[in-house]
Amino acid sequence: MAFNVRKDQASRAVIVHAVLLSYTLIALYPVFLIVINAFKSRKGIFREPMALPTSKTFSLSGFEKVLDKADFGTYFFNSMSVTIITIVVVLLLAAMAAWALSEYKFPFNTALAIYLAIGIMVPIRLGTVSILSLMVDLGLVNTLTSLVLVYVAQGLPLAIFILTEFMHQIPKDLKEAARCDGVGEFKIFFAVILPLVRPAVATVAVFTMIPIWNDLWFPLILAPGNGKQTITLGVQQFIGQYVTDWNAVLASLSLAIIPILILYLIFSRQLIRGLTSGAVK
Amino acid sequence: MADLKLDQICKSYGAVDVLHGIDLDVKDGEFVVFVGPSGCGKSTLLRIIAGLEDITSGDLMIDGDVVNTKTPKDRGIAMVFQSYALYPHMTVYKNMAFGLKLAKTDKAALDQRVRAAASTLQLDSLLDRRPSELSGGQRQRVAIGRAIVREPKVFLFDEPLSNLDAALRVQTRIEIAKLHQKLKSTIVYVTHDQIEAMTLADKIVVMNAGKVEQVGSPMTLYHHPKTRFVAGFIGSPAMNFTRVKIIATADETVTVEMPGGGTAILPFAVPAGQVGNDVELGIRPEHLELNRAGDLPVSGEVEVVEKLGDSTYLYVRLHNGDLVTLRAPGHSRAKIGETVVAAADGGAAHLFDANGQTFAKVNCPAQYSADE
Repeated sequence: MAFNVRKDQASRAVIVHAVLLSYTLIALYPVFLIVINAFKSRKGIFREPMALPTSKTFSLSGFEKVLDKADFGTYFFNSMSVTIITIVVVLLLAAMAAWALSEYKFPFNTALAIYLAIGIMVPIRLGTVSILSLMVDLGLVNTLTSLVLVYVAQGLPLAIFILTEFMHQIPKDLKEAARCDGVGEFKIFFAVILPLVRPAVATVAVFTMIPIWNDLWFPLILAPGNGKQTITLGVQQFIGQYVTDWNAVLASLSLAIIPILILYLIFSRQLIRGLTSGAVK
Repeated sequence: MADLKLDQICKSYGAVDVLHGIDLDVKDGEFVVFVGPSGCGKSTLLRIIAGLEDITSGDLMIDGDVVNTKTPKDRGIAMVFQSYALYPHMTVYKNMAFGLKLAKTDKAALDQRVRAAASTLQLDSLLDRRPSELSGGQRQRVAIGRAIVREPKVFLFDEPLSNLDAALRVQTRIEIAKLHQKLKSTIVYVTHDQIEAMTLADKIVVMNAGKVEQVGSPMTLYHHPKTRFVAGFIGSPAMNFTRVKIIATADETVTVEMPGGGTAILPFAVPAGQVGNDVELGIRPEHLELNRAGDLPVSGEVEVVEKLGDSTYLYVRLHNGDLVTLRAPGHSRAKIGETVVAAADGGAAHLFDANGQTFAKVNCPAQYSADE
């Protein structure tokens, strides 16, 4: 009996791992292809796209082209600023809103939470035309501000939703102990609550940052010029109507992975469990 | 340090009344314990004193000031929670210093207060640890330390020992008692454990269903319970109760018909109007003595024997079907199924009317009285 149970569990584990492993391979293979081909000459890319770079096909010409272009650094800088500023604003506002929704009782509390949650279901791109005309009216076209504003709006609903759930889990005694300790509400939020939901905050940061970094739509519409292009737009300049410089495209894509990978590593280190252990009981 | 006064405190959640007009005076330096079954409102009352719950009506005064609308931090209280509620991301030192640091206390004074509290509670060597690295008892001491460093007017304890194991509970109980002697502070302590209440309190407040049943010193509650509820709640094992009928009253005695037949004359002043009424007779297990004659004899078959070493509890089924607990000496050789006889003095008895109110005992013998 016990043996059967163990066998059952083992076979289940094998199946689960097989599924996850094949999914990982499928997801990583395109990235792998981009990176290996970025290090090949143009001929190498077209002759044997699946092959690893050999001494014959190895070439850094794509990277040289990309790094020669002075404005590429600007694009990186633009993408980084938009992503980081958005993350900071989204996390701050979402955490504060989530705290208010989960901790304080006020009229229309639930209605407000539902209203904010609806934002998860409605794609922001449906409003592109009105967003564009709004940005034109505000004179924000071709500024990074316009992107930050749109991305904050895009990221907030899910962030609030996730953080509210986490804040509900913080023991009530802890907040009350802090109140008895003479800690003000703002300080309770920043010094007690925020450190405790750090894993959730990191999760939300990852959720928020990836779509922003990868977005082509809004940079193309709201900030396509004036040196305010993001990295995804920067890659587009190598893709022509008739000729595409694949070396440069693949090299720039490979480079574009690096900053977001670093950001991800920073946040994922916060995804540790058991942070509240020892608080109560 | 301060006194505390509760004046007709009521609390309702919507249509549900939880507290019905609580009056209480707590003197400076007094150790007051709220005790009662779960759901009696004792924790709610403590939270009201702390300022964590609003008062529906009535006044709460600390040091003569009405503090009904003041926030917890402006009331000068410190609370120790059942769940400890330590800040998990801070070390023991920071946990204790957090409140003071925010109050912009001078750094040297803060350090001195934290270290003094830590040495009082033997936490010196643990100051750099996180709560997750501490045992339950140590965590509870940190929670107490966090309260001490604030030097509050009133300490509030909400079932602080409930999460500790039995041995640690006794040890921490003694530490709290010592702490009170040392700090001479006003303490309000909530527990459902009557032994904690008896051992710690200067004054016990027995609560039931949102009302105060009786306020008094531990020995007063033990010897002179005002109601049947208090009589049943204070004392372990609980008092034995049986229904008796009043058949005659005199100035200072009452004659009752015992359930097994026979009568007993007891020293109570009972109004003549009560003759013919059923009342309840209470007798504590420790006041029943084996193999002797007395005003209140019982006899029956032993059903359960609990040997505690220093004493043995016998659960005896009387002929009328009542189960009576009695305390025998530790060397008692009574066995299950054996028939035993025991008796108690009339002076040890308690008599309650149909509403659970006690009848006044007359000429109470010294060993059954709280008077010194």
